[in-house]
Order: sequence, then structure tokens, then C-alpha cells
Amino acid sequence: MGTDKKQEVHTHKLGIYLWIWGLLFVFSFFSYMVDYMEFQGLLRWSLIVFFMLAKAGFIMAIFMHLYWERWAIVNVLLWPMTAIGVFIAIMAAEAYYTFFTRMFYFVVGS
Amino acid sequence: MSQFDIEKLPKGSKGFMYDWGSDQRAFKGVPWGKAMMWIFLLSDTFIFSCFLISLMTARASTVVPWPYASEVFGLTVFGTSVPLLLIAIMTFVLITSSGTMAIAVKYGYEKNRKLCGWFLLATAIGGLTFVGMQAFEWSKLIFHDGVRPWYNPFGAEQFGAFFFMVTGFHGTHVSIGVIFLFIFARKVFRGDFDTGRKGYFTSMKSDYEAIEILGLYWHFVDLVWVFIFAFFYLW
Repeated sequence: MGTDKKQEVHTHKLGIYLWIWGLLFVFSFFSYMVDYMEFQGLLRWSLIVFFMLAKAGFIMAIFMHLYWERWAIVNVLLWPMTAIGVFIAIMAAEAYYTFFTRMFYFVVGS
Repeated sequence: MSQFDIEKLPKGSKGFMYDWGSDQRAFKGVPWGKAMMWIFLLSDTFIFSCFLISLMTARASTVVPWPYASEVFGLTVFGTSVPLLLIAIMTFVLITSSGTMAIAVKYGYEKNRKLCGWFLLATAIGGLTFVGMQAFEWSKLIFHDGVRPWYNPFGAEQFGAFFFMVTGFHGTHVSIGVIFLFIFARKVFRGDFDTGRKGYFTSMKSDYEAIEILGLYWHFVDLVWVFIFAFFYLW
């Protein structure tokens, strides 16, 4: 550290943080509204996921400065997330299978 | 270490190849502390993902109805019950503290000691408020509703276990963050990063980069809450 400090001074205007802050408020308000308005089913889930990903994206890109980082570290951080995606898919399949066997043996079978 | 000018290096995917193929440090222009914090946060992401994925598995495979979070966490204000009110306020408080943290990082890089310190202090107080409301939420559920990890009056038994595990682990993160925010607010006000005063534990000089690293941790705590809010409270 220490010596290569001069190139690291990437400070941004205050406005961008306030804008993102406001946006996060708006997104949070809307995702709360999803519950308040009692949307159900696919509409509810897709809205929740949309607002969640929008908020997460803005926090990571702007607040955590990932938008300005070098590609080398951005890739190290984002690629392992695909493993989580695969894990979600595997465990969803597993959960439905467990549910099926429970229904079959507890409810139908008894 | 400083034989390169980061502005002149290739950017984007070419920069990616250049950085990894250079037989030197891979993350050019990224201080080691920041790279390590990112890698720690990545590992933490996996832990929280495991919690939320097992929540999904438990909830999708149970034959008993899952408790309706909207009602479980509802509050009665002036005689009318508002769904999920406390959780919504907690979300706004945490986002606000994330915003003040981002501004503290900005003023840190501009070596604006006073403003950086005040915004760090505001962030710490926001975090403390969040933990306080969470303590209120926990005690309401434990003492008023009688929720236990193995039992709850609303529905599927696993609900209590997941509630305490997920929000407890997140609350621990927030509490640790608050402690560090107070420590670093003190260090900033004292001028440690301007005078090069050595840290108590590390015996090393530090500078305002430390604020960005602390900021990464704090934003991550907010980030995790975004997912908990979506998957545990709203779904």
C-alpha cells in the first residue's frame, strides 16, 4: 500500500449517492406495497424478485463501487454466484420431490 | 508495486486477461485489504445463501401451511393493524445508514476528516436503531407470541428455527458492524488517517482506504437484508 495511492482517488459527486439512496427508498416502498396490496401468486413473486435484484444491483454497483472496479475483481466476485444459482435449482428439485413423497406416503398412503 | 499507472492499463475483458496474465498481482489498483474484504464477503454470501436455500427447501417441502409473515410481523397502530410495519421501518433505517456510509466513504477519500467522522457516526446510530428494533421484534415474538425454534402458534414448526437463525445471524453481522463503525468514527475524529497513527491491534499505519473497506462490509449487511426482506418476510 502507500505508494500507489495517487491513482486510487476516485471520488464521485455527492448527487449520485443521494440519487441511489432515493431510488433504494422508492424500490423498498414498492416492494413493501407488494405485501400491503396483497398481490398473490406469480405477480407477487416476480415483483418481489424484480425489486430485490434492482436494489441489490444498485447497492453493489454504486455504493460498493463495483461499477468502477477493474474487470478482474468483478469477475472473481460475480462468477461464484452462478454456483449458488445451480444450488438453488438442485434444492428446488429436491424440495418438490420431498413434498411429493410426503403427500404420497402421509396423505395418500395412509 | 507502483510500476503501473492504472489509467493506462487495458480495461474491460482485455484488462481482465492482462491482469491475470501478468505474472504479478491479479487485482491491479485494488488494495489488498479491499480484495480480502471482497473475498470474505463472497464467503459470507455463501453462508447466507445456504440459510435462504434451506429456507426454500423447508418451506416448499412441508405439508403444513407456512405462517403468513404479513400477519405475524404486523403491528397495531392507533387501533388499525398495519402489515409488516416494523420490518418496513427497519428496511428504511438500514438503507438510510447505507446511504450515510456511502457518503462517509466519499468524504474519506476527499480527506474531509470532520464530515467523514460525522457520517460514520450517523451510520453507527442507524445500525444501532436497527438492532434495537430487531431486539423489540424478537422479544415480541418470544414473550408475547411464544415462538420457539421448535414451535410457533402460526403454522409450520420450522418457521421459528429459520426466523431465529436467519435474522439472528444477520443481526450479529449488524452488531459487529456497529462496533467497528464506532471504533472507526473515533479513529477518524482523532485524525489517525491523517497523522499516520498506528492501529492498536495491527500496529500498522492506515488511511481512508480503511473507511471504504468498512463501507463494503456495511453495504453487504444492507445487501443481505434486501434478500432476507424479500425471501423471508415478503415471499
